[in-house]
Amino acid sequence: MLLIPCPWCGPRPENEFRYGGQAHRAGPEDPATVDDAAWGGYLYTRDNPKGRHAERWRHLHGCGRFFNCIRDTVTDRIAGTYKPGEAPPL
Amino acid sequence: MAHLSKFSFLSLLRHGAGKTWSRQWRDAQPKAAYDVIIIGAGGHGLATAYYLAAEHGVRNVAVLDKGWLGGGNTGRNTTIIRSNYLRPESAALYEHALKLWEGLSQTLNYNVMYSPRGVLKLAHTHHEVQVEKRHVYANRLQGIDNQWLTPAEAAAFCPVLDVSDRARYPVLGAALQRRGGVARHDAVAWAYARAASAYGVDIIQNCAVTGVVRDVSGAVTGVETTRGPIGAARIGVAAAGHTSVVMAMADVRMPLESFPLQALVSEPVKPVLPCVVMSNNVHAYVSQSDKGELVIGGGTDVYTSYSQAGGLYVSCETLAATLEMFPTFRRLRMLRNWGGIVDTTPDRSPIVGTTPVPGLYVNCGWGTGGFKATPGSGHVFAATIARGEPHPLAAPFSLDRFATGRLIDEAAAAAVAH
Repeated sequence: MLLIPCPWCGPRPENEFRYGGQAHRAGPEDPATVDDAAWGGYLYTRDNPKGRHAERWRHLHGCGRFFNCIRDTVTDRIAGTYKPGEAPPL
Repeated sequence: MAHLSKFSFLSLLRHGAGKTWSRQWRDAQPKAAYDVIIIGAGGHGLATAYYLAAEHGVRNVAVLDKGWLGGGNTGRNTTIIRSNYLRPESAALYEHALKLWEGLSQTLNYNVMYSPRGVLKLAHTHHEVQVEKRHVYANRLQGIDNQWLTPAEAAAFCPVLDVSDRARYPVLGAALQRRGGVARHDAVAWAYARAASAYGVDIIQNCAVTGVVRDVSGAVTGVETTRGPIGAARIGVAAAGHTSVVMAMADVRMPLESFPLQALVSEPVKPVLPCVVMSNNVHAYVSQSDKGELVIGGGTDVYTSYSQAGGLYVSCETLAATLEMFPTFRRLRMLRNWGGIVDTTPDRSPIVGTTPVPGLYVNCGWGTGGFKATPGSGHVFAATIARGEPHPLAAPFSLDRFATGRLIDEAAAAAVAH
């Protein structure tokens, strides 16, 4: 089980959280102008790297707030978590 | 098949009398170039190579693997076989595989221990009863066996099942596919490897692909590996959880996410469970291996990972769910617990076919349920590579369905057991 440092509540066990998938995704600026491939890419394609991954979590059974997290997908080691709007740690 | 000593009653007698067994396949060294390279020596990749050689006459083929043959999900799954999927496209593809399973030991002259002992899928809620009955009716229209059992009929088929109304999750009925069952997962990889190798296919282990080489037109011309460059004008990727990584080498972004999926086995006990039992509601599926171990699986871990481990609490939840169904198993000890990395698509259906890169083909996205499809997957993927266009059964499972929107939604089938 991961020990996830919630930026508001501190380190808590993984099963207090809900995984939210890839972080920092932005929809197309003008959806009407993008073609099917780009729209499909936005809807269905996510980063799936072997290594450093920026992802969202929600402290569902705690403060209830969303935050972002940098985790290595090979070791599952968390490099750091940060609040929405903040820059990711190095 | 050339260079293949056939297994038979007589050959068993001869070997039993002292003659040593020979290697079942050649541990090949890479040549400079092949007609086709398959990336991934799991069941799907080896089956693809076998059908390329056996049915399409394409025998100058290499199967590359970064580890050892069958060491990924082929050796890590819970070996469940069934074809009772909801959508016509899926049912046709998985039924194609099931029909191949039925004759596979004969075809490959290798006992893959396919055991059609029945797959029982429990319904615990009124809603699940409706969903499972819908599956049964859809399958009947597709000509696929699947039948609805009352709780008493389910208990008659699987006596260890508690169908009393005292159960924590009462059994309101079950869908039974009698032709479903299990097979010996390692034997499937070994059988395809042996048969493909006999046709001249090179199986090259400990050979990780590090790059995909392309010419100025963008078409593939080969791969870079940890054992040097290898040329090929056609490359088939069957890399399961690592498909995103391999396809990124050819600048193709895949609609895949890789999750750990765990399984575990108990200590061996005498026969107690005569069939496969699945429950999406309590989140577990269980069967008993021929060695007597209970083979138990559940849902994936929640976050993407390549760690082949996963959280222990996920396995504990799976065990808790199993005990809700079978309180009598509560004193069994667990022997082993492991994880594999499964590649899941947004619609929980596989991707089999061509890619935007000429000469590059992909077979992935089988997610939590690829083992059952192994023969069918290899069969249609081989045809796709040999002909340069999708096999009719594979055509609906194209990569571009995520742009056209023609998704094949099997999310209900894949919620837990797949």
